[in-house]
Amino acid sequence: MNLDSLYQEVILDHYKRPQNKKLATTFDAQVHHVNPSCGDEIDLNLVIRNGVVTSITWDGVGCSISQASVSILTELLIGKSITEAYAIYDNFVALMQSKGEISGDESVLEDAIALAGVSKYPARIKCALLGWMAFKDASVQAQAKSELE
Amino acid sequence: MTLDPGVIRKDFPIFNRTIRDGKKLVYLDSGATSQKPNSVMDAESDFYRNHNAAAHRGAHQLAEEATEAIESARGVVASFLGGAVDEIVFTKSSTEALNLLAYSIGSAPAGNIFHLKPGDEIVVSEMEHHANLIPWQQLAKRTGAVLKWFEVTQSGRLDLSNIDGVITERTKIVALTHQSNVLGTVIPLTQIAKRARDVGAIFILDACQSVPHMPVNVKALDIDFLVFSGHKTVGPTGVGVLWGRANLLNLLPPFLFGGSMIETVTMTDATWAPAPRKFEAGVPNMAQIVGLGAALNYLSDVGMENIYQHEIALTRYTLEKLQEIDQLRIVGPTDTDSRGSAISFTLGDIHPHDLGQFLDNAGIAVRTGHHCAWPLTRKMGVPATTRASLYLYNDESDIDALVAATLGAQKYFA
Repeated sequence: MNLDSLYQEVILDHYKRPQNKKLATTFDAQVHHVNPSCGDEIDLNLVIRNGVVTSITWDGVGCSISQASVSILTELLIGKSITEAYAIYDNFVALMQSKGEISGDESVLEDAIALAGVSKYPARIKCALLGWMAFKDASVQAQAKSELE
Repeated sequence: MTLDPGVIRKDFPIFNRTIRDGKKLVYLDSGATSQKPNSVMDAESDFYRNHNAAAHRGAHQLAEEATEAIESARGVVASFLGGAVDEIVFTKSSTEALNLLAYSIGSAPAGNIFHLKPGDEIVVSEMEHHANLIPWQQLAKRTGAVLKWFEVTQSGRLDLSNIDGVITERTKIVALTHQSNVLGTVIPLTQIAKRARDVGAIFILDACQSVPHMPVNVKALDIDFLVFSGHKTVGPTGVGVLWGRANLLNLLPPFLFGGSMIETVTMTDATWAPAPRKFEAGVPNMAQIVGLGAALNYLSDVGMENIYQHEIALTRYTLEKLQEIDQLRIVGPTDTDSRGSAISFTLGDIHPHDLGQFLDNAGIAVRTGHHCAWPLTRKMGVPATTRASLYLYNDESDIDALVAATLGAQKYFA
């Protein structure tokens, strides 16, 4: 197995220059997720306006895979409708759980396709999914809140 | 006699395989679990093939042989630790052994010397593995006892400056690790055990990281209970050991109830068999107990003092070589004074998971993360560390490989 298939250039770029890594002061939902097996942590703030994801900001500590994955997520999902965002989410989770057997749909996943190699390293899948799970959790909370209002 | 890791490795078949497309296995994760010699696997297999029956039950030859096999292993454990045969309790793990103590103590009624009441104190330290922290933390919650702890200094030592304020007349239990699984620190046991004795507290030693690596004789230590793990001691998974002073085991209530731990049973009541049987409900993990006996015989044949001296020398070499690496910080003592062979470190901004992945790609097995000691890594000011842990089959070439690959990782993630 080639390490470069895991650590693609785009991953290392996002790791060194993470996007949207500054928690916004206003948000619809704020979540804190941890990976208990390694101690990686993420805070994620989310804003949904009229069914569209308008802001995802975050802060956290973790390995290059977890940090790059959430950075890529923010670029990919901001501006998408929540329906589109969930479709991308499902696509990404399926890719991560594929054990390397599917290559993923680049037209849907864009930069997140660079994380495809992670699926061959079972111990790292949780790293890649940390930010995505946080997003899903926050989106459910944000929508529940908007239904109440 | 000196120890030759090259000769030792011939007894461990796993070193015949390769890792990640043909690379030599450099196994530096014995702190998590050790590899197994042929003699252990043969003993386990021989039990199933030739002697399998339920020990302590059955009116037939196989049952006699199974009973003899595990009782003979109990004798091996007793002489390995310097305890008496009836002081050795087999559990499924050291985690279970610590929970056994916590639950048994928690069920002791008023009048029993183990009884805990609100305001009694339980003392641990910040360098405990979760398995020797959470059982006591939760016991304190259940009973109203107060959990106290020794802090850890930035150099990775227990802070004993206020020992008399931490262990007081109210202290009923002191439960400490002998050697930190993260820092490698060996605690000043004599001093702490004396203070515990002076106030009449029960002293429990988590010896998971010491018994596999150095001579430990319970008679020479002023302690009441000790636990260690089979699988870290070149033995099988699924078996742990609790040693306790005979008089204390007799007073301690049982933890798990069921078959073979009883003396008499009616529909409304039961009485207990004497220790150790009182603590061994159900058919024991017989093949694993037999394997553990073979493991301790293997270690005794090599010699625990030889293993200890080998690891100290290799630890010294490792600490020296690692500290030559720019931006590498040892988390724990930086010399071999009162220190074992678990060596944690950080490497600049490179996350331990990424370093571990890079090392794995070179065939080097390390552990990364908080090592089931989250409060400790937090205290040391790091989210996670990379840990190399050594054993009798490691040599300087393993450390040279670790150093070379660590330098490679610095370039890769630069």
